[in-house]
Amino acid sequence: MSEVAHVSHDDHHDDHGHHHKETFITKYIFSQDHKMISKQYLITGLIMGFIGIAMSLLFRMQLAWPGESFGIFEAVLGKWAPDGVMDADIYLALVTIHGTLMVFFVLTQGLSGTFSNLLIPLQIGARDMASGFMNMISYWMFFISSVIMIISLFVEAGPAAAGWTIYPPLSALPMAQPGSGMGMTLWLVSMAIFIASSLLGSLNYIVTVINLRTKGMSMTRLPLTIWAFFVTAIIGVISFPVLLSAALLLIMDRSFGTSFFLSDIFIQGEVLHYQGGSPVLYEHLFWFLGHPEVYIVLIPALGITSEVMSTNARKPIFGYRAMVASILAIAFLSTIVWGHHMFVSGMNPFLGSVFTFTTLLIAIPSAVKAFNYITTLWKGNLQLNPAMLFSIGLVSTFITGGLTGIILGDSTLDINVHDTYFVVAHFHLVMGISALYGMFAGIYHWFPKMFHGRMMNKNLGYVHFWITAVCAYGVFFPMHFVGMAGVPRRYYENTAFPMFDELTNVQVLMTVFAIIAGLAQLIFVYNFISSIFYGKKGPVNPWGSNTLEWTTPREHIHGNWPGEIPHVYRWAYDYSKTYENGEYIIAGQDFVPQNVPLQENEEELNH
Amino acid sequence: MTALLTFTVLVLVAIAIWQMTKIFELSQTKTERSQIANDSDNKNNGYLLFAFLIFIYGITIFSFAKYYKMLLPEAASEHGGDYDQLMWVSFAIIFFVQTITQALLHYFGYKYRGEKGKKALFFADNDRLEFIWTIIPVIVLAGLILWGLYTWTNIMDINEDDDPLIVELYAQQFNWTARYGGDDNVLGEANVRLIDIANANVLGIDESDPNAEDDIIVKELHLPVGRKVNFKMRSQDVLHSAYMPHFRAQMNCVPGMVTQFSFTPTITTEEMRLNPDVVDKVKRTNAIRAQKGDDPWEFDYILLCNKICGKSHYNMQMKIIVETEEEFNAWLAEQQTFKASVMVDETETETEEQTASTEEVADVESEETASEE
Repeated sequence: MSEVAHVSHDDHHDDHGHHHKETFITKYIFSQDHKMISKQYLITGLIMGFIGIAMSLLFRMQLAWPGESFGIFEAVLGKWAPDGVMDADIYLALVTIHGTLMVFFVLTQGLSGTFSNLLIPLQIGARDMASGFMNMISYWMFFISSVIMIISLFVEAGPAAAGWTIYPPLSALPMAQPGSGMGMTLWLVSMAIFIASSLLGSLNYIVTVINLRTKGMSMTRLPLTIWAFFVTAIIGVISFPVLLSAALLLIMDRSFGTSFFLSDIFIQGEVLHYQGGSPVLYEHLFWFLGHPEVYIVLIPALGITSEVMSTNARKPIFGYRAMVASILAIAFLSTIVWGHHMFVSGMNPFLGSVFTFTTLLIAIPSAVKAFNYITTLWKGNLQLNPAMLFSIGLVSTFITGGLTGIILGDSTLDINVHDTYFVVAHFHLVMGISALYGMFAGIYHWFPKMFHGRMMNKNLGYVHFWITAVCAYGVFFPMHFVGMAGVPRRYYENTAFPMFDELTNVQVLMTVFAIIAGLAQLIFVYNFISSIFYGKKGPVNPWGSNTLEWTTPREHIHGNWPGEIPHVYRWAYDYSKTYENGEYIIAGQDFVPQNVPLQENEEELNH
Repeated sequence: MTALLTFTVLVLVAIAIWQMTKIFELSQTKTERSQIANDSDNKNNGYLLFAFLIFIYGITIFSFAKYYKMLLPEAASEHGGDYDQLMWVSFAIIFFVQTITQALLHYFGYKYRGEKGKKALFFADNDRLEFIWTIIPVIVLAGLILWGLYTWTNIMDINEDDDPLIVELYAQQFNWTARYGGDDNVLGEANVRLIDIANANVLGIDESDPNAEDDIIVKELHLPVGRKVNFKMRSQDVLHSAYMPHFRAQMNCVPGMVTQFSFTPTITTEEMRLNPDVVDKVKRTNAIRAQKGDDPWEFDYILLCNKICGKSHYNMQMKIIVETEEEFNAWLAEQQTFKASVMVDETETETEEQTASTEEVADVESEETASEE
């Protein structure tokens, strides 16, 4: 409680502290304000997302029409597409960088960086992050790592091309693949900086949530968004350092001749000196991060969905405590399931059994979440705003993609679908598309909060959602069948195997859907940019939401609230709450914001 | 073809831009409208959610109708039957859950679409409901876990019972080599440090190991039907994965260690070619190949590389032939032993060609060597 007292003491200090003059540089570039930093994350993330998605369209075209010449290949890839025909090395590079950009730069920092920064202080009732300076450093390290990653695309021998998991020895030996030269060095440097950025950010989020909650904001009154960001930050802090150690050891193997991951290698006519290392060790280290990483991507999206869905259903989220418990359970389990990526890596089969067990356990909290979302819709008064549609879409793809996890998490069944398109279909639906939907839901929902009350155009939002939703299933549903027919992932073309000839038609179908989906994102880009400048201003609390961020003024001010920080008297989900006689708690209004004290005769049903 | 595709893409882009501007105009004309969903938005999107449910079912049915036949034919190994059965049951459960949950999700989205003045139900908790949908997955998953682990333990129990055939699968960028133990069924010791390309010892076999003398090195994998095969996998350069989809078998090949997998082939290549599903698949495939001007295809089991390994990863393969014990023995008798090909200096042998091709791979990353022979 002493923290709370301390915070409110600070308030008065801050009240007088925001009349100093801000220059362009301190306001827009080296800003320490969480709202500006969140916009910086969002825009950097969207740019990286644009590049990542464009890359996927290029290699999808190659898959559908193998060996065809396209003018666009020649224009974009230059020497990597002689006469417009994509080169096999650059195909692998595109796949690798697409994975890296989407997983780390878009869905980790782009999603969690944006919304953790925006919402943590606003929803818990804090003036800013615990350390605005660290927050600024975190963003700029992310920016530098993005720039290095982009630079790596232009090096002579091509960017990293060993898959986003960069398993050694392929990633360690420049003679194994041209992309493992300078391109891989830059990849590793970029990721090392990225990890530092992510850690600084995560520590800040954790400290802020623990220490800076306003009076009355107990942990059990936190909106689920905050729970999600909080838990995400914790698993980031636990697992990202392990990736850093993997990257550092790999850098040493590559540059200083150590043998952490390498042993007994004969390549290009000579034996290399490496002895005693094991690539399996790298796989363990990588996936110790790699698996929690998919939840680092997904949990914020689920948090956003909980908040958006409850607000737009005009109903409390069903089973708040179960939702918190399942986030915690998922987070805990996510750190002890990494071996399911390695069932056929050559590790001891007994370990495979253990990891099968822990992996399938994750299905239980996931199922609870899915059912709770569905029940939240039941008997609601659903306001189908674009953000709400993306949230419903998320639940749909989360279920579809999550269910196939039961196949892949089972060591036995994994044998024959491991590293096939079945896996690609699974993780794109369950974490790629779902997390993107969560991100879109967040953008549509909190756009007014980010851009001074301006709102995105809802009709363009609807068009964006429906095209994307149809195309996402159009791309990834048939893909399961390609995988079950035995087609391995990361094949430049499937023409070397007559048994895959008849599957080319499926590839064409998927690519057409992918191109349409890609174009549909331009609608979003247009809507996003034009709304920043010309978007219509809506009410201060456009969605009728209970959480504290809507009690701040439209214009951003340093310290968020002009006066005192509001106190909190109830949980975030008192939507459509009534007295026993059926009247709303606040007459004529179907929501009761968190800063409204308990009314007379009102029963505190939750917390 | 290319022109057509470029044209199609351009048309799509044009349509998208046209639509975007149109939508923009539409949205501009009604500038008074708020950007918050109103009753008509709720109604339209509610109906669309229902339509989307039908779309999900539709694409499921479409995919099954059109693509189910393209899936792998019946398993050609002993454990493959158990694998397929577990897969089938898991899929039945998945589709049951998928059908119901998607229906509820989208139907609720349609049914409870917002209307002005409608009151939502304040329904925050129900322990019994939550207990039900926690305990049901627990029970179902417990069953699947136990069954899966039982099967997994059986498959991965690699032992020397029943006199298994010992075969080494040797991976390198970008081709496979197989080595049999020969008469003694014991593989000679090997290490990449012993590779002597000039002397045609491409697998680094220890020439002083007496077990190595009768080893047989081949570029085409022959397996006798009905006999257990224990595979020992090695890689000389980067990670590879020996993927034999028709046998429901896969194991990575890791430089610096020997990995193992074991299965018993149950259907010969000849028999599999007569399998009605395979006959149909070959027919369909050859129709496509004839259109493209490719040679007709005859079904064969295949070993693919399934771990990204570099430029020609997509074409790293080896043919697998399952035949009767007699055919297998006759074939094996024709092959040269390691002693005959390397230890004695002989020229004009088959292995000599292999050496040449290996060097070629090492030097110029040839893409074709893998699939030859």
